[in-house]
Order: sequence, then C-alpha cells, then structure tokens
Amino acid sequence: MRWEGDVNGSAGSAIALRGATVRFGDHVIWEKLDLDVVPGTCLAILGPNGAGKSTLLKVLLGLLPLSAGTITIDGRPPGHGSAEAGYVAQQRVFDPDLPIRGRDLVQFGVDGQRLGLPRTRTRQVDPVIEAVGAQSYADVPIGLLSGGQQQRLRIAQALAGGPRLLLCDEPLLSLDPAAQEEIVAVIDRHRREHGTTVVYVTHEITPIADVVDQVLYVAAGRWAAGSPDTVLTTQSLSALYGTHIDVIRVHDHIVIVGGDGAGACTHPDHEAAGHDHDLNDGHPGHSPDGHQR
Amino acid sequence: MGLGFLLQQPFAQHALLAAALVAVSCGLIGPFVVTRGMAFAVHGTAELAFTGAAAGLLIANNPVVGALVGSVVVAGLIALFGARQRERDSAIGVILAFGMGIGVLLLGFYHGFATAATNILFGNIFGVSGDQLIVLLVIGVIVVAVMGIWYRPLLFASVDPDAAEARGVPVRGLGLLFLVVLALTVTGAAQVVGTLLVLSLAITPAAAAQRLSASPLVVAGLSIVFAVVAADGGLMASFQSNVKASVFITSLSFAIYVVARLTGPLLRDRRHAHHQDRPADQEAAPPQRAPGPPGTPARTARP
Repeated sequence: MRWEGDVNGSAGSAIALRGATVRFGDHVIWEKLDLDVVPGTCLAILGPNGAGKSTLLKVLLGLLPLSAGTITIDGRPPGHGSAEAGYVAQQRVFDPDLPIRGRDLVQFGVDGQRLGLPRTRTRQVDPVIEAVGAQSYADVPIGLLSGGQQQRLRIAQALAGGPRLLLCDEPLLSLDPAAQEEIVAVIDRHRREHGTTVVYVTHEITPIADVVDQVLYVAAGRWAAGSPDTVLTTQSLSALYGTHIDVIRVHDHIVIVGGDGAGACTHPDHEAAGHDHDLNDGHPGHSPDGHQR
Repeated sequence: MGLGFLLQQPFAQHALLAAALVAVSCGLIGPFVVTRGMAFAVHGTAELAFTGAAAGLLIANNPVVGALVGSVVVAGLIALFGARQRERDSAIGVILAFGMGIGVLLLGFYHGFATAATNILFGNIFGVSGDQLIVLLVIGVIVVAVMGIWYRPLLFASVDPDAAEARGVPVRGLGLLFLVVLALTVTGAAQVVGTLLVLSLAITPAAAAQRLSASPLVVAGLSIVFAVVAADGGLMASFQSNVKASVFITSLSFAIYVVARLTGPLLRDRRHAHHQDRPADQEAAPPQRAPGPPGTPARTARP
C-alpha cells in the first residue's frame, strides 16, 4: 500500500477535506467529512446509489459549495471549471450521426470552454490521444465507436488540459471486463508517469482493487476512510450501514453482501440475498452510534 | 419574362436577399438543432410566430415585430417549463397548443386585412418590403455574431453537457441563449417559407450535412451552403413558373437530403477504409457493430 495515512496537516495534500458537510434543506447528504489524499495516489469513492458520491465530485470540481467545513485542492479552494482538475463524466450514448470525431471531443478538453470557433490543434491533442492508445480511431465519428473506445477518448479529453487531479465518475460502467481492465491500466499508467492524483467514483471496487491506495466509503450520511483493507471489512461496513454486511473476498473479487436483516431495509430495489458488485442493497433502517473515523 | 429581366426587379432582388439571409442563419443553427434534438422546438416557435404576428397586428399594426417579440417570449417559456431535456417536448406541445389558441382569438379581434398574419403561416417571399429586409438583416447579423462568439462552448455543451459543466461552461445559460437565437431565426425564416415549412431550412440542410462529414466545421459550412442553395435555388425556380416558392424550396431541400443520405455511407466507408488495415483492437466491440459484412470496416458499419 502506498497510502501512508494522514500527512501532517493538509499542506501537502492533493485533496483535503475538513469537517465537510453538504445538506439540501434538512437533508444531510454527508457530514463532518475529513479526508486527505496524498498527491499521485488513487482514491476510490464507494457507496450505494444516492449516498452522495456524485455530490462529492461536484464539490471537488467546484460546482457545488460545502454547507459547512473546508475543502482545498492542492492547498487552494477548488476553482469553478479549473483546468487543474480533469473530469471523466458518466458515459452517455452518442448518436451515430453526431458530427463529432474523437479528436473533436478531446479538443474540448483543451479549449472547449473558450469563446470562438472550434479548431483542431493536433499538436496539443495528438499526444494525449496516443497516451490512451486511440490514435487509430480518433477521426471516426464518436457515435460509431465501441464503449471502450469512447471511454478512452473521454479520458484523453480529461487529460488534455494536463490536470494534476483526474476525477472519474463511474468510468467503467457498461464496459465488459476486458475493456474495464484496459481503461484502469490506461489511467494508472498516466498516474504513475505524471504523478496525477486519481479519484474514482464507483459502486464496484473489484476492477480497480489493484490500483486503489485509499477508499472513502459513503453510505446513509456517514462515511469511512482508509486503506481498502481496513475499510472494506465486514466489521467496518457493518458499523457504517448499521446492519450486518458481509465482505467476502473470492479470488480477486471483493463481494459485498448487504442487508440480510430484510426488515431493516427500506430501499425499493432491495434483494435480501444481495448480489455480487452491487451495493444498492443494505440501506439501514436505523442509525448506529456516531461516525466511524 | 426572362430570368435576367426578373432579377433586375426590386421585388425579386429583395426576395433573393431575404431568402439568402434567412438561409445563412438557418444553416448555421441547424447542426445544433439536430445535435440538441430540438426539431420540435423549431416547429413550435415557428407556429407561434403566427400568434406573435396576430398580436403585433392588433397592438401596433406590425406583424413582424410582434412575431419577433413573441418568439423571445416563447423561447423563455420553453426554457422555463422544459428545463429538463426529457420534459421539453411535452412543454413545447403545451405552449404551442395554448399559444395557437390565443393566436386565433387575437385574429378574431382584428378587423383589418388579416393576410399579414396568415401570410406568416405559408410565407410571402415576394412581399418582402425594404423594412422587412432590414429586420431580416439585423436578425442575421445577431445570429451570426452570437454563434460566432459562443460556437465552441455551445458545441461542447450540446455534445457533452456534463463534461462541459465541469470545465466551467455555463451550460444552462447557453441553452437559453440558443433558444433565443433559434426563436429569432425561425421567426425570420417564417417570413420567407412560412411557419409550416421552416423545418426545411432549419433541419433538413443540417441533417443532410451530417450524413457527409463528421467534422463540426465542415458540417456547419455544408449546412449553410445547402440552405442557401435550397432557398435561392427554389426562388429562382419559382420565378419561372406559377408555383409558390415554398414548394420549390422544400423540394430542393428534400432532394439534397436524399442525395446526402444515399452518398453519405459511401463517403464514410471510403474515408475510414484504412481502419481495416490497422492491427486488431484488443477490446471487444459491442455486438451490434462487430460483425460487419465482408469488405466493410467493422467500425464504420452503420447500426
């Protein structure tokens, strides 16, 4: 594990959260969140749907202010639309007729926010396209590419501005296991070569388990942070959810089976048995005592 | 009457100039209309130009200004009721139905010569006055200027709104700005081809252009050229016959689209044929695209 626990204060942190809280009206998304991410390491933000993972991403991007507490990225408050942070948005389906080539999508990462007419500067775009291995299909209409190819180009777009922080929102969703592995490898190679801090928001830890240094698990307004080995345990997640959760490791799969006390679960999608890779189950019906640190 | 003689007549020159102005604006916004899935917004704002025209006639005896002011109001209402993309079309339907009802009511109050309002339904290209021409010119300049300034962020926001927002593009603001530009363009176009046929200049040329290229700027250029060819070509054809200009404009526009649909796949296949030569990509393509017919590159086979 490269992650070495908390550094002294937040001075050297790529991301530092202190007592961070987001609420919408009376509804607390998560509160009193403390987190330090060492530059050049990889953080996975895990948790069930609706736990506030994407909300946290918006905070990191500077699109949403905290209700309380502080956040700094590289020691500064996150700038709105800052080029310091590259963002790989959740995958969307591109129409096959969409008049956009892969390189146009990547170009947006260089100057998409600036006024004027679009232009193609191969000098800036070609290196990142090559870095993600997309050069052979960069001129094909984006809607005709496979999910994995599109995702490589989105990553190239996020890397085009030379960010120090790469934020990926469910980047592996709807990809087959082989493509998932390749995408993870592309991102991790970039992290090692450029010292980029990488944040994954995902509901599935298994495909990224080998590259993750630190895990932040959010559920039901509470959170737990630390190395994957300390957070992803039966004891730790059971305390977080306030109901019994089994964390089972089968070969290199981490299976989280939630909510066997069926009466305690209120989530409509709940299945008492739980299933592999899906953390949507196991919403606790009552609160355990306080936070887990 | 020969065409040469006709082209020297002010009414014909006005008509050709008006059609060209309208076509440039329509061709310019067309690719965004297609990309953002706003065909129904075009249709809705175009039809409501009738209501605006009726209101303008009644209040100030000026249907064009009425239609323009009305179109901006309609753009605001669509943005207000249809903020989320999924509910936008139903919101437009709601506004359109009610708005048309108001239009009929307003026209009922008007005891003058109502052709000015009904003209806007079918267009009256040969009745374009010098004043109207100036209005069209101003609209054209505004549309070209706005699009020229915000083209890149608007394209980013249209293609990939989440990533655009993360990069600091004001996605919602640009959406409203585009609605206003669209409403102004469409209202201007309604003077020429009529509200019922605006789609032939605001959608068809862009849809045809998209079949021929995937480069955003090439598509924009082709879309403008196609729109101007259809508008002015249709006018010239109607000079030499007794058939209304809109018939020729819509037919020409449709013919360009059909040709583009037929030739587009050939162009794309030839352009990307070299992809077959590259080393096999390790990652599995989705099943619907993987097995192309023999000789067709798998990546460019259309689903």
